Amino acid sequence: MTSSLNLWLIPVLPLAGAAINGFLGKKSSRTAVTTIQLAFSGASFAWALYVAARFSSVALPYQEYLAHWIRSGPFTADFAFYLDQLTLIMLLVVTGVGFLIHIYAIGYMWEEEGFYRFFAYLNLFMFFMLMLILSNSYLGMFIGWEGVGLASYLLIGFWFTKDSAASAGKKAFIVTRIGDCGFLIALFLLIQHFGSLNFTQVFDRVHPYAAETGGAGFLTAIALLLMLGACGKSAQIPLYVWLPDAMEGPTPVSALIHAATMVTAGVYMVSRSHLIFERSPMALTVVAVIGTLTAFFASTIGIAQTDIKKVLAYSTVSQLGYMFMACGVGAFSAGIFHLMTHAFFKGLLFLAAGSVIHGIGGEQDMRKMGGLRSYIPVTFGTMGIATLAISGIPPFAGFWSKDEILWKAFSSGPAGRVYWLIGLITAFITSFYMFRLIFMTFFSDYRGGHVDEDGQGSHGHDAHGHGEPHESPMVMLVPLMILAFLATVGGLVGIGDRFEHFLAPVFGSGEVAAAAGEAASRGTEFLLMGISITVAILGLVLAYVLYISKPYLPQKIADGLNGFYTAVLNKYYVDEIYARLFVKPLVEGSTRILWHGVDQKVIDNTVNDAADGARKVSDEVRHMQSGNLRSYASWIAAASAVMIAYMIWVGVGR
Amino acid sequence: MVPLSYYLVLGGFLFACGVAGFLIKRNIITIFMSIELMLNGVNLSFVAFAAHWHALAGQVFVFFVMVVAAAESAVGLAIIIAVYRTRETLNVDQINLLKL
Repeated sequence: MTSSLNLWLIPVLPLAGAAINGFLGKKSSRTAVTTIQLAFSGASFAWALYVAARFSSVALPYQEYLAHWIRSGPFTADFAFYLDQLTLIMLLVVTGVGFLIHIYAIGYMWEEEGFYRFFAYLNLFMFFMLMLILSNSYLGMFIGWEGVGLASYLLIGFWFTKDSAASAGKKAFIVTRIGDCGFLIALFLLIQHFGSLNFTQVFDRVHPYAAETGGAGFLTAIALLLMLGACGKSAQIPLYVWLPDAMEGPTPVSALIHAATMVTAGVYMVSRSHLIFERSPMALTVVAVIGTLTAFFASTIGIAQTDIKKVLAYSTVSQLGYMFMACGVGAFSAGIFHLMTHAFFKGLLFLAAGSVIHGIGGEQDMRKMGGLRSYIPVTFGTMGIATLAISGIPPFAGFWSKDEILWKAFSSGPAGRVYWLIGLITAFITSFYMFRLIFMTFFSDYRGGHVDEDGQGSHGHDAHGHGEPHESPMVMLVPLMILAFLATVGGLVGIGDRFEHFLAPVFGSGEVAAAAGEAASRGTEFLLMGISITVAILGLVLAYVLYISKPYLPQKIADGLNGFYTAVLNKYYVDEIYARLFVKPLVEGSTRILWHGVDQKVIDNTVNDAADGARKVSDEVRHMQSGNLRSYASWIAAASAVMIAYMIWVGVGR
Repeated sequence: MVPLSYYLVLGGFLFACGVAGFLIKRNIITIFMSIELMLNGVNLSFVAFAAHWHALAGQVFVFFVMVVAAAESAVGLAIIIAVYRTRETLNVDQINLLKL
C-alpha cells in the first residue's frame, strides 16, 4: 500500500474557492475574487499534476476512502475516490483546460456586474465535474452529474435578466433531466442485479456474464438507459437541442462546460461502463448509430448558421457524435483520445470566438465580421490552428484522434464501413463549415461598424459605437496560445497506439489484441488516412471558393436549394417539432388539467372549503358564549342530564 | 323502617328543585339557595345509602360537603355583596361579564 495521494484535495479545493467567492465575494474587490478563484483552481490543477507525477508509483486502480455515506443492509455507498488511467486523463483535461479558462475568464468577464458570482459558479462547476470523474461509484458519479447540470444551468442563465438566457438555462436543465431519468433507472437496475454501485464490485459481478448476443437482456437495458443519460448530458440525438441554446451563457462557460468538459461526461460514463456495453451488442449498435447520425446531422446544421457560437455549438454536437461512434464500435480509447484533443481545440475555438466577440464589442453575427485578421492577429492565429485541428489536417491534434476513430469504425465490420463513410462525409462538412467560419470572420473586409470606410462588404448595418476592433488583453491571449500549442501537439501522443496502450488496463486486452491485428493492415490504414486528409482539404478548398474567390455563389446555391436551405437554416425545425410534440401538449395539459383542474378545483377548493366550513361552524358556536349565566347553567344541566342518561343506559344494559 | 327508595326519591326531588330554581330564577341569592338545595339533595342520598349499607364513608362525605358548602356560602355571599355594591342589581341577566 503506497502512501495516500490525497485525491480528495482535487475536488475540494475548487469547492472551497466557490464557497469563499460565493459568500464573501460580493463585498470584496475584483482583484481579491480573481486571486481566490485562480489560487484554488490552480492548486487543484497543481495537485492533479502531482498525482500524475506519482502515477506510476501507485497500484492501480488506486482507491481512496474518505467517509462512509449510506449503509443500508448489504448496500453501501461511500465518499471514496477511484484513480486509473482513464480518470487521470480526464483529471488532467478538466483541471488543465479548466484552469486556462479560469485565467481567460478574468479578462473576458472583468466588466461584468456579477464578477464574483461568475467565478463562484465556475469553481462550483469544477468541484462537481471532478466529483463526477473521481468518484468510485455510480452514485458519486451521479452526484457530480447532477451537480454539473446545476452549475451549467446557473451559468447559462448567468445574464438572467435577459429572457432568452433564462429560458435557455431552463431548457438545458430540463432536457438533460430527461436523460438523467434514464441514468437513474439504470442505477436502480444495477442495484437490483448486482447489489452495488461501486465500480469495482459492479464490474467484478458483470464479468462472468456472457455477451447478450441472443436477445436483449437486463444488461442491454442497463446499457441503453445509461446511453439515454449520456445522450442528455452529451447532447446527442434526440436530446441535443439544449446545447446550441446554451450558447446564451458567457463564452468562457461555453468553452469550459459546453465544449471541453461537461458535455464529454457522457462519453466518459459510457467508457467507464464499457464492460456493460461490451456485453450488449445491441446497445453498442445503438450507441454507434446515434453517434454517427448525430455527427452527420449536427454538422449539416452547422453549415448554415451565422452566429459564430452557434456554429461552434453544432460542431461540438457533431464531434461528440464522433466520440460515441468510437464507443459504439468498441474503440473506447479512441473516443477518449478524441475527447482529449477535442477539449483542446474546441476549448480554443470557443475562447478565440470569445476573443473575437470581445474585440468587436459583443457582436456574434459572422455576417457583420470579416477582415478581422489584421486587427486581432493573435486570435486569428490561434483560431486558425484550432480550425486546422478540428478539420483533421495533420499534424494538428484533431487529425490523429478523428482518424483513429474513422479507422476503428472502418475495421469493425460491415456496419462499420457505413459509419466510416458517414464519418468521412461529416469530416468533409466539418472542414467546410469551420473554414467558412474562418473566412467569414477573418478574411475579406470588415462589415461590422464604422471602421469600415471603403464600404466593400458593408451591408448597411449600424455601427454599435464600439470603435475599431481591438485585440484582447494578454490575460486572454496567453490561454489561447497555450491551448493552441496543445491543439498542435496534443495528437502526437496517439502515434503508434501509445494512447491506446496507456488505456489498455482500463479497457481490457481485447482492444490491444485488435490493435496488434491492425499492424497487418497498415496499408489500408494509411490509405484511409490519405482519404480523410484529402476530404479535409477539399472542404477547405470548397469554403475558399465559396467565401473568398466567388462570394456571390453561396446565395445562388441557397436560392437553388430553396426548401432544403430553409430547413437547414432553421435547424430542420427540430425545436419546432419538439415544441409541437412535447412542449405544447405538456404545457396545455398542465394548464388545463393540473393547473385549472387539480390545483384550482381540487387543492384550492379543498383548502378554501375547509376554511369556509370552519368559519361557518364557529359563527354558530360562538353564540354559545353569551356571558349569560343562566344559559351556561342550562348547558351544564343538559350535559349532565345526557351523561346521567347514558350511564343509566349503560347500567341497565349490563 | 322506611325503604331506601323513599329517601332517594326525596333526594332526587330536592336536587331537581334545585336545578329548576337555578335555571329559572334571576336573583343571585335565590340561585345560591338553589345550589344549597341541590347539595342537600345529594347529602340526603349519601346518608340514606350510608344507613342502608351500614357504611360510614357516606356520612363522612356529608360532613365534607357541609364544610365546603359553608365555606362556599361565605365566599359567595361576600362576592354577592361586592357585585351589588358595584352594579346595584342582583339580576344575573344583567351581570353578563363572563362573555369575551
